[in-house]
Amino acid sequence: MNDMTPTSAERAEKLQGMGCKRKRVEDVRFVQGRGNYVDDLKLPGMLYGDFNRSPHAHARVKSIDTTKAAAVPGVVAVLTAETLKTVNLAWMPTLAGDVQMVLADGKVLFQNQEVAFVIANDRYVASDAADLVEVEYEALPPVINPFNAMAANAPVLRDDLAGKTDGAHGARKHHNHIFNWQMGDRDGVDAAFRKADVTIKELISYQRVHPCPLETCQCVASFDKIKGELTLWGTFQAPHVIRTVASLISKIPEQKIHVIAPDIGGGFGNKVGAYSGYICAIVASIVTGKPVKWVEDRIENLSATAFARDYHMTTEIAATKDGKVTGLRCYTLADHGAFDACADPSKWPAGFFNIVTGSYDFPVAHVTVDGVYSNKAPGGVAYRCSFRVTEAAYAIERAMDIMAQKLGLDPAEFRMKNLIRREQFPYTSALGWEYDSGDYHTALTKAMDTVGYKHLRAEQKAKQDAFRRGETRELMGIGVAFFTEIVGAGPSRNCDILGIAMFDSAEIRIHPTGSAIARLGTKSQGQGHETTYAQIIATEIGLPADNITVEEGNTDTAPYGLGTYGSRSTPVSGAATAMAARKIKAKAQMIAAHLLEVHDDDLEWDADRFKVKGNPERFKTMTELAWAAYNNVPPGMEPGLEAVSYYDPPNMTYPFGAYICVADVDVDTGETKIRRFYALDDCGTRINPMIIEGQIHGGLTEAFAIAMGQEIHYDDEGNVTTASLMDYFLPTAVETPHWETDWTTTPSPHHPIGAKGVGESPNVGGVPCFANAINDAFAFLGSTHIAMPHDHWRTWTVAEKLGLHG
Amino acid sequence: MTKSQVSLTVNGAKMEALVEPRTLLIHFLREQLNLTGPHIGCDTSHCGACTVDLDGKSVKSCTVFAIQANGADIRTIEGMANADGTLHALQEGFREMHGLQCGFCTPGMIVRAWRLLQENANPSEEEIRFGIAGNLCRCTGYQNIVKAIQYAAAKLNGVQFQEAAE
Repeated sequence: MNDMTPTSAERAEKLQGMGCKRKRVEDVRFVQGRGNYVDDLKLPGMLYGDFNRSPHAHARVKSIDTTKAAAVPGVVAVLTAETLKTVNLAWMPTLAGDVQMVLADGKVLFQNQEVAFVIANDRYVASDAADLVEVEYEALPPVINPFNAMAANAPVLRDDLAGKTDGAHGARKHHNHIFNWQMGDRDGVDAAFRKADVTIKELISYQRVHPCPLETCQCVASFDKIKGELTLWGTFQAPHVIRTVASLISKIPEQKIHVIAPDIGGGFGNKVGAYSGYICAIVASIVTGKPVKWVEDRIENLSATAFARDYHMTTEIAATKDGKVTGLRCYTLADHGAFDACADPSKWPAGFFNIVTGSYDFPVAHVTVDGVYSNKAPGGVAYRCSFRVTEAAYAIERAMDIMAQKLGLDPAEFRMKNLIRREQFPYTSALGWEYDSGDYHTALTKAMDTVGYKHLRAEQKAKQDAFRRGETRELMGIGVAFFTEIVGAGPSRNCDILGIAMFDSAEIRIHPTGSAIARLGTKSQGQGHETTYAQIIATEIGLPADNITVEEGNTDTAPYGLGTYGSRSTPVSGAATAMAARKIKAKAQMIAAHLLEVHDDDLEWDADRFKVKGNPERFKTMTELAWAAYNNVPPGMEPGLEAVSYYDPPNMTYPFGAYICVADVDVDTGETKIRRFYALDDCGTRINPMIIEGQIHGGLTEAFAIAMGQEIHYDDEGNVTTASLMDYFLPTAVETPHWETDWTTTPSPHHPIGAKGVGESPNVGGVPCFANAINDAFAFLGSTHIAMPHDHWRTWTVAEKLGLHG
Repeated sequence: MTKSQVSLTVNGAKMEALVEPRTLLIHFLREQLNLTGPHIGCDTSHCGACTVDLDGKSVKSCTVFAIQANGADIRTIEGMANADGTLHALQEGFREMHGLQCGFCTPGMIVRAWRLLQENANPSEEEIRFGIAGNLCRCTGYQNIVKAIQYAAAKLNGVQFQEAAE
């Protein structure tokens, strides 16, 4: 070997595999305006659909007259529930086992509900004509506050469920009740609370919010009458699920449905479900024989498709006087809106809310969730989190602070006493999860050391004294949050959607020249899958990442997958990718042995090649083996080099992190400045640190938005008052804080490459961290819990109520 | 509806077209000229995904009628690359600094940043944050967008970009 021969490490580096900050391949088209989003699609003869929507939150529909709308030049057809009934599509199944009106059938149940669908040859004409649909309503009293939903005299919302005492998840105890879900040891918890030295109880509400990706939901449906085939382009986070749902409800055979999710402009959970717009566009294309495009506007998006949260969590903790937690009880009232359209795994009506014990060693816990109907939009999606995990993290992290306050302990010190210890992993929680790996104390210690936690507390004490002396009008808050996510849904034994197990898949095909194409069942909405999956393959089989094309979002070419949400792409499809690559590598090893005339076991892997043990001059690179796979394989072996893997994960993965926020609150204006935000994340093996950091920045910014201002608000009549970006808070570059990111690495023991997923962690940990910082600023004045969102007005109001304005 | 003739320059090319008086500039660009780089995010001129440069100003093309652009000189993301086809320093900077994720805000963000750098060749971080406050991004948290613009400013000024210490 001469000096010019690259070393193994140099060859590995050239592959741009796992661990390097590979620049994103997607960006080349995006920075030139050459992305291909749904609304960019133009087909010959394409028509446009637009909705007439309900102005009422709750009303009986007495009549619908489409005459004027249909008479507008350019209008091709107008669909109503009566039209849809002819094809049995006036209602559609939801992912949560409920049914939902596609178009208003007899009643409307939330403001801006879809009433009629106008199809025209121009989007402006469709919009004009939608306004001309004449609907006569008889207004009914609405249920807006979920705490009134199960009152004895509450109006019946769902006429279609009259007399049904059983729902998709067991018994219903009231006409507006959806389900009651319980888990844990009720008696054990009761005993723990009886014995406890100290207990706390607080109603912790997580307001209704919306994922609000910058691109709204949209689709183009094109039905070919001759072939009987439907092609559906759309903003789908889970294209295969959409194909199966479309087949089940339209009765078009699944092989004749082609679902294509092109580039997607952000999803955050908004684009998991099936919406009326998709069904109407499909029916409209079948009826007219033309392609039909439906594009939501922002008001429609914020008021009709996929809200998140509206969880009201009465949380109780029992503890000893020296600060060890001994029990957790949580009763949650969940407002699901007019239809139960949550996008959770089927057996989990409250998602994975039983992660509510968080990162702490609770010996016993019990959780109850009651889901109720209201006259608000359906949804209940996981907005940048795994299923109901941000709700759980907010409840436990606020409750831990409230308990620390009551015990007179520092919030970080109290957490340190109760965090699950490293030697306890794998750890079975009181509510039944098996946490795969963690090193929580190391993470929190590193976070506290990095920010200089003791100094910050000393500074805060000095400021509080100065405030009391009247020398400053500013309060300093320090927020501490330690979170454990549960992602990567999920194992077939407990996770399915509509009966389909929540595996995911990868297919890798190596071409003769040593390049490859990989196809997956997930779908990036900005996460950079085209870049990172190629890095996994590069490391696994030794081909340069630049020679590997990653393709997602075409159900004809990709193997079946359950899609991208709940941070499941890396834990599930990332694992499938590694497993498919390993099948390829195993075959390549046999080909190498054949070419080198040695036994398989005499070869060892070295970055990009198999070499003969003890004789490194004799080797075959993967590029050479790719060529040989097509012309010189061992006798009896099939030619070619490709593999597919369907990965059924043995467990979820449990990313975790320690976050610290420092906020300064002006008590006279309610303005809050985030002085510092430090986020330490442990997502196991790190595939691309640049992309991880970007995901954390984005998730923290969404957490900032939720904690500090976002709310989908309804007035008492059910009018949604926050349905445009005039009223719904999306932070600009000016308000958004500067983010400091850090990490520890605790690989997942059951994942092929040890990776856990990261995109949603910062939202899960970020929301309680901001909220704890604001609460902490006021805690020394006796305040225990201030509800989100912490906008200036609410914060000013808190100061007013505490008598700080003189 | 009666159509009116407009004459304008788009990305350096002079053209004439017939537009309805109510056609929005964003729809004219996207659907008549097939320039699908600028996007529609909010319809209320808050998000900036539709930003184009019009006669030396960043404008939100969802809030301008096409007919108002008669005689105008417009630049969109499609006209941003250098004459030799290489990426503009801003396009390069967004990729180098991971200043984008889903890519939906990116065309408007880059076109806005381009005008910002015409007005202020060496902006501070605060000036950049203020300068792009009319353009929303839901993915990145802006921190790497700021770096991308700093990268481009440095390159256009012929100096080495020093990434700010974290």
